[in-house]
Amino acid sequence: MSGESAVVPGAEGGRGLDASRVSWSAGTRLVLDGVDATAPPGAVSGLLGPNGSGKSTLLRAIAATQVPDAGEVRFDGEDLLGMPRRRRARRVALVEQDASTDLPISVLDAVLLGRIPHRPLLAGDTDADRAVAREALGRAGVEELAGRSLATLSGGERQRVHMARALAQDPALLLLDEPTNHLDIAAQLAAMTVLRKLAADGVTVLAALHDLNLAAASCDHVVVLAEGRVVAAGPVREVLVPAVIEPVYGVRCDVLTHPRTGRPVLVFGD
Amino acid sequence: MRSLVAETSTAPSGERAPARRSPGNRRAGPWWLAGASLALVLSVVVAVTIGPADLTWGDVWRSIATHVGLGGPLGLEPLPLLQDGMVWQLRLPRVLTAAAVGAGLAICGAVMQSLTRNPLADPYLLGLSSGASLGAVLVLVLGVSVLLPVAAFGGAVLALVAALALAGSLGAVTPTRTVLAGLAVSQLAAAATSFIIFWSATGDSYREILSWLMGSVAGATWTSVAIAGGAVLVLGTLLASTGSVLDAFTFGDTAAAGLGIAVNRTRWLLLVGVALLTGALVSVSGAIGFVGLILPHAVRLLTGARHRVLLPLAALLGGSFLVWADTLARTIFAPRELPVGILTAAIGAPVFALILWRGRRAL
Repeated sequence: MSGESAVVPGAEGGRGLDASRVSWSAGTRLVLDGVDATAPPGAVSGLLGPNGSGKSTLLRAIAATQVPDAGEVRFDGEDLLGMPRRRRARRVALVEQDASTDLPISVLDAVLLGRIPHRPLLAGDTDADRAVAREALGRAGVEELAGRSLATLSGGERQRVHMARALAQDPALLLLDEPTNHLDIAAQLAAMTVLRKLAADGVTVLAALHDLNLAAASCDHVVVLAEGRVVAAGPVREVLVPAVIEPVYGVRCDVLTHPRTGRPVLVFGD
Repeated sequence: MRSLVAETSTAPSGERAPARRSPGNRRAGPWWLAGASLALVLSVVVAVTIGPADLTWGDVWRSIATHVGLGGPLGLEPLPLLQDGMVWQLRLPRVLTAAAVGAGLAICGAVMQSLTRNPLADPYLLGLSSGASLGAVLVLVLGVSVLLPVAAFGGAVLALVAALALAGSLGAVTPTRTVLAGLAVSQLAAAATSFIIFWSATGDSYREILSWLMGSVAGATWTSVAIAGGAVLVLGTLLASTGSVLDAFTFGDTAAAGLGIAVNRTRWLLLVGVALLTGALVSVSGAIGFVGLILPHAVRLLTGARHRVLLPLAALLGGSFLVWADTLARTIFAPRELPVGILTAAIGAPVFALILWRGRRAL
């Protein structure tokens, strides 16, 4: 269906994420209609599209926390959907939108949950697990929060703790569902900086994003979904153009160039 | 005690983080468990000495020592027959049954709360206890020829399936829907139970069944100890060993699946385990409410939500709690006895209200 999805440099040889013909329906409603999406290794890819376009569903399908009806998901050449679930949990981590709990839990304990796929199912955490969890907090830039109670954190701090929980899984593919939702601008930029560093360390990052300018400023590659189909994919410069954005979001759009960074800046409205 | 020594001696080589207060100070866990074990043993020993007939600690020990075959070697005189019967045939089975039932209900409540992410989940509130009661009454009154625990288990499973199916058919399974569905199932089972009793029970069986429906360990025998204790030791230990798996559900089903947990299979296995345990407990004590609700919440406040500590600690404290609740129930209006379920409800209903109030935005 999506004839325009561009070939991604760097994805040759089966490296990175390669999802093809992924379909999923809720009852009679087709939420994902044969989606082909890629994310190059060691880069930050943005998954864009209006509300209800299927971004969250696609992320869950890739993580196989909600197994798609049809299609194939490969990562570094391996079949993610057919892989044993605990092994998959050591390769892929998903940071959900608004993950929350009513139970009292400390930040370190929350991050330690990410170690569960790395040890025998009924075993407790070890000193090594705690070291990895602390390191994950460090990579997310919030090591000092380890002893705090999750409930007392700000939205931005909590989001980064959830990132640390995913990093404690030591994933090669990190999926994030609107990681900057409800964050103030400083926290949004801090979260994206964390993702850029992870990508530089070789992690393949795919994040569903609402804010097109945040994607324009921080992503290497973007995939645009509309009504469960990919309408465009490729480098930011090629995809974030009026010809793609205007029909998908139904708004007038102009693309300028940031005077300092040289990255695209989108301006909306007549 | 041995494990406690081992834990403290290895602690210095572990993390060197400053011991800041947060939910679930992880070094405190073993201490809490050791303390709670001690409290349970002391509760049982002390509770046996309390009652209308004056028995001293010495009398209790003499009776127990005699029956386990230590009386001779220790050179103890056996107790007079009447007092010995009071310890060995009445109070000890009753206290031990209370301890086992309390421990089992606390584990059931904690597991259900974590699996359904519902702070109000409890075998009593979700109708499992009523279903088990109905199954048991069918056997007691109508003489349906299956074993009492089996009937109680069947009732508990049917009630659980009915409550979850009803909650699920309404849409997303929210805490409110689950509790309301449990209420509906519970009321239906209670109505059926009342009808059977009203229609068939005669004379003395009325009072017996009534006290049993309210939840009581007054009639406990060594058979009750064997059923409840065995169920707690086997099923309770199995459920309590799944701590890490339950931890994975902290942020919901998708998060658990993302950690490599087979969510549906795990949920059903654990819920069937809970239904089995509830069935065994209800078959000896009737439906005692709120123990499974109160204890896990209290323990989370003490040690945080990590299940490897939460489950055993809730079990140990649940045992002590029901031992003392039952001691109070049989002494407060002595010589008349209350079914202990009345007392746990009197304590538990306000706690339930408090949890509702604290979690009001989630409902």
